[in-house]
Amino acid sequence: MKLMKTLLTATALVAMMAGSAYSKQLIFCSEASPKHFDPAMATGGNDFDASARTIYNRLVEFKHGGTDLEPGLADSWDISADGLEYTFHLHPGTKFHTTSYFTPTRDLNADDIVFSFERQFKADNPFHAYLQDSQYEYYEAMAMPAYIKEVVKVDDLTVKIVLNSPNSPMLANLGMDFASIVSKEYADKLVADGHPEQLASAPIGTGPFQFVDYQLDSVIRYAAFPDYFKGKVKIDDLIFAITPDTTARTQRLLAGECDIMPYPNPQDIESLKANTNLTVLDQAGLNIGYMSYNTTLAPTNDVEVRKALSMAINKPALVEALFGKGNAEPAKNLIPPTMWSYDTATPEGEYNPTKAKEILAAKGVTEIELWASDRARSYNPSFARSAEIIQQDWAAVGVKATIHTVEWTQYRIDGAKADRPGAFQIGWGGDNGDPDNFFAVLFGAAAIGTQNYSIWNNEEFEGLMKAGVLETDPAKRAAIYTKAQEVMTREEPAFLMAHSTIYMPMSKKVLGYTMDPLAMHRFDNVDVAE
Amino acid sequence: MFRYILQRFGLIIPTLIGITICSFGFVRLIPGDPILALSGERGVSAARYAELVIKYGFDKPLYEQYFRYIGQVLHGDFGNSLATHRPVIEEFLKLFPATIELSIFALIFAVALGIPAGIFAAVKRGSWIDQGLMGTALVGYSMPIFWWGLLLIILFSTTLGWTPVSGRIGLSFFFKPITGFMTIDSVLYGNWKAFGSALRSLILPSIVLGTIPLAVIARQTRSAMLEVMGEDYVRTARAKGLKSRRVIGLHALRNALIPVVTTIGLQVGVLMGGAILTETIFSWPGIGRWLVDSIYKRDYAVVQSGLLLVALIVMAVNLIVDLLYATINPRIRVQ
Repeated sequence: MKLMKTLLTATALVAMMAGSAYSKQLIFCSEASPKHFDPAMATGGNDFDASARTIYNRLVEFKHGGTDLEPGLADSWDISADGLEYTFHLHPGTKFHTTSYFTPTRDLNADDIVFSFERQFKADNPFHAYLQDSQYEYYEAMAMPAYIKEVVKVDDLTVKIVLNSPNSPMLANLGMDFASIVSKEYADKLVADGHPEQLASAPIGTGPFQFVDYQLDSVIRYAAFPDYFKGKVKIDDLIFAITPDTTARTQRLLAGECDIMPYPNPQDIESLKANTNLTVLDQAGLNIGYMSYNTTLAPTNDVEVRKALSMAINKPALVEALFGKGNAEPAKNLIPPTMWSYDTATPEGEYNPTKAKEILAAKGVTEIELWASDRARSYNPSFARSAEIIQQDWAAVGVKATIHTVEWTQYRIDGAKADRPGAFQIGWGGDNGDPDNFFAVLFGAAAIGTQNYSIWNNEEFEGLMKAGVLETDPAKRAAIYTKAQEVMTREEPAFLMAHSTIYMPMSKKVLGYTMDPLAMHRFDNVDVAE
Repeated sequence: MFRYILQRFGLIIPTLIGITICSFGFVRLIPGDPILALSGERGVSAARYAELVIKYGFDKPLYEQYFRYIGQVLHGDFGNSLATHRPVIEEFLKLFPATIELSIFALIFAVALGIPAGIFAAVKRGSWIDQGLMGTALVGYSMPIFWWGLLLIILFSTTLGWTPVSGRIGLSFFFKPITGFMTIDSVLYGNWKAFGSALRSLILPSIVLGTIPLAVIARQTRSAMLEVMGEDYVRTARAKGLKSRRVIGLHALRNALIPVVTTIGLQVGVLMGGAILTETIFSWPGIGRWLVDSIYKRDYAVVQSGLLLVALIVMAVNLIVDLLYATINPRIRVQ
C-alpha cells in the first residue's frame, strides 16, 4: 500500500515535471547542502540562499545589488522620536505558499510577525526548541535579545517592535535572513499534527519560490510562486544542484549542466571570461582581509611598532600575489569603498622598509609570531601564502617571523585569547551593510574574547561606537564612523590587507542577474533566454 | 559449521567495541571545536559558548560521554546531527543507497575486467601481454583517485559530452525515491530515459571507484591461477588430454577463485574508503561525502555513528564472504 502511494505521488510529480517541459528553468550549482530550511536557525550563506532568499521574505529587505533597504512584507514603517518603537504597516493580501503539504486559509498578518520573532527569544514558545539542539545563533549574535523588548500586534496589519534602548542598525538587522517571516498558521498545524520538525524540512513562506523537493545532498527543487505579492517571477522552476567541489562546479557550468555558479577558483576566472558561452559578473565584495596585532602584548602593544610592521609590507604586491591581478583591492579602511561612511581621505598606507627597519631596530624588535590557518576564505584565499609573503617582507627589515599554522576552528579560539602574541590574519564579510557591523563587531571592546583579535580597547573608538548606535541621523552617523576610521588609522590595531572581488560566472542565457555585495544569491529578478 | 559461525560472531563484538572507541576518539582528536565550527564565521560569545558546551554534554569527562553514546546506540539511537538536527540514522538511510549503488557498479566493473585480465595474464605468463596487463594494473593501483576522476570528467564529460559531469541522474528527471537506487527506481516508474540517464551517470564514478579494486583483483587472480596451474591435478587433467580451455575454466579457475572471493570481499572496505573521494569529485550524494562534510563541520554525532554504521556494513559483508569461503573450502571450517 505504501509502495503504491509512493508510486502514485511520484507519478504525479513526474507528470508535473513533464507538464513543465517547456517551462523556464534555472539551474544553480550551489556550493553546499543546506543544513535545513529554517533561516532563523541557520548561519551559512548557502543555508540562507536555499531558504531565506528563495522561500521567505522579511519586513524590510535589501535592494538588489546594494545594502539600501526597501519595503518587504511591510509597505512602510515609522520610528518613534525616542528610537524605541518601530511600527510596521504590513502589505495587505500577502499570500503564503500553497503546497501538497499545506493549504493556507488566511493571508499574512501581524500574528505571523510576532510568532516569527517570539519563537527566537521566548523559551515558552513551542517553536523555541522544536528541533533537538535548536539554536538561534544570528538572533543572539546580533545582540537582539539585548535590544528587543517585545513584539506587539497592534492590529491585523500593524505590528510594533519595542526596544530596550535605541539602536540605529536595527532596521538593517531586520532585513537580515534570520528575521525571515514564517507562517504561524502552518506552525500551529504542525504542532497539532505532532510534527513541528517539518517547519525546517517542508517550509512554507511568502517568497518568490515555493519549495517542491529536497533530495539530501543532491538537489533542491523550487517552483515559482504564482501569487507572490511582488508579482510572479520570470522563471518557472529553480533547481539547486548541490556541487561542493569547485572544480566539478566549474566543469558542470562548462558542460551546460548548470546555468550559474558561485565561488569559482580565482585561477579559473580568466579562462571563464574567455569562454564565449559564459558571462562572468564581478563586484567589490563587502569584506575585508586583515591582520590583527595584539595591542596588549609586547612588542605589538606599541603603536610605533605596529605602524613600522605595517610599513614594511608591500601591500599592492602582497594583494596581487595572493588574489591575482584585479581580483582584490588593497584596503586602507576597515570598511570597503562601497559602504556608506567610507573615508576617502584616509591616506594610503606608507610602504617604506628603510624607515620601518630603523624604527624596529630602535625598538629592539627582532622576532614576532605570525598566525595562519588552513582554510581558504573569500577575503584571503591562502593564509599560508600571505603569511609567507609577509614573513619575507619582515625579514627584509630585520624581523624574524615565526608562522603558526592552526586548523580553522581552533585557530579562532587561539586567536581570540588575550595572551596570543603577535599578528593574527583574519577577515570578515558584512552581514547587513551597516558600518557598525564592521567596526563594533570586529574592534569593539565587547568583541574582545570573540572577534576583536587585536584585544583593542580604545576609549575614543568605544565612545564613537556607542554614539553610532544611538544616533539616528544618517549624515551624523556617517561622520561618526568616518572619525572611527581616523582613530584606526592613527592607532593601527591591524594591518588592513584587501577587499576581494566576488565573481559569478553564468551562461549567457541567464538574464538580469544582479551581483550582491552581501554575497547573497537571489533569483527573483532573473530571466532565462528561450 | 555452526561452531565456525559462532566463532565469527564472537569476533564481531570486540571488533565493534574497538570501532566505537576509535570513531569516538579519533573525531575528538582532530583539532577544532564542534561548537565554533557550527556557529559560522562570527563565532559565539564566551557565555554562549559555555552554555552550548553544557547543552551538548561536552563538559562531561570523555569516558562519560562515551558510555552515554554507547548506551544510546544500544537502544538504537545513533544521535542527531549537530548541524542539521536530523537523526543520523535517517540521513544515513537516505544516502546509503547512493553509495551502495555506486559500489556495486564499481565492483561489477572491477570483477568483470579484473578476473579475465588476471586469467589471461596467468595463461600468457611472462609474455608482453602478461607484462602489459600487470603493468596497467600497477598503474591503476597507484592512480590518485582525484586526478583520475578529473581527467575522465574533462575528457568524457566536458570535451566529448558523452557522460554527465556529476550527479546521480539528469536534473530533468524527478521522482520520489522508492528504493533509493536510481537504476531500480527509474525502472519501477517505467521511465527508460531516466534509467539510461542513471546508467550514464554511473559510468565515470564506477570506473574511478573500481580502478583500484580492478587492479587488486587482476593481480590476485593471476597469482592464484599461477599457483593452481602448477598443481598435480591440473597436470593430470592436461595429461588426460582435456582441452586447455576446460582445464583452465573448470579445474584451475574454480580453485583459484577461493582467495579471489576473499579479496573481493575485502574490496568492500576499499570501496567505502574510495567512495569518500569519488563522491566528492562527482557530487555523488552518498555517505562518503556526508562523512567528509561532517568531519569538516566537526559534527561528532554524524562522524562517530556514521563510521560505526559503515563499519557494521563492512563487517557484515566480510562475515558473509567468510561463510561463503567456508562453504567453498571445507578445510576452513574444519580448522
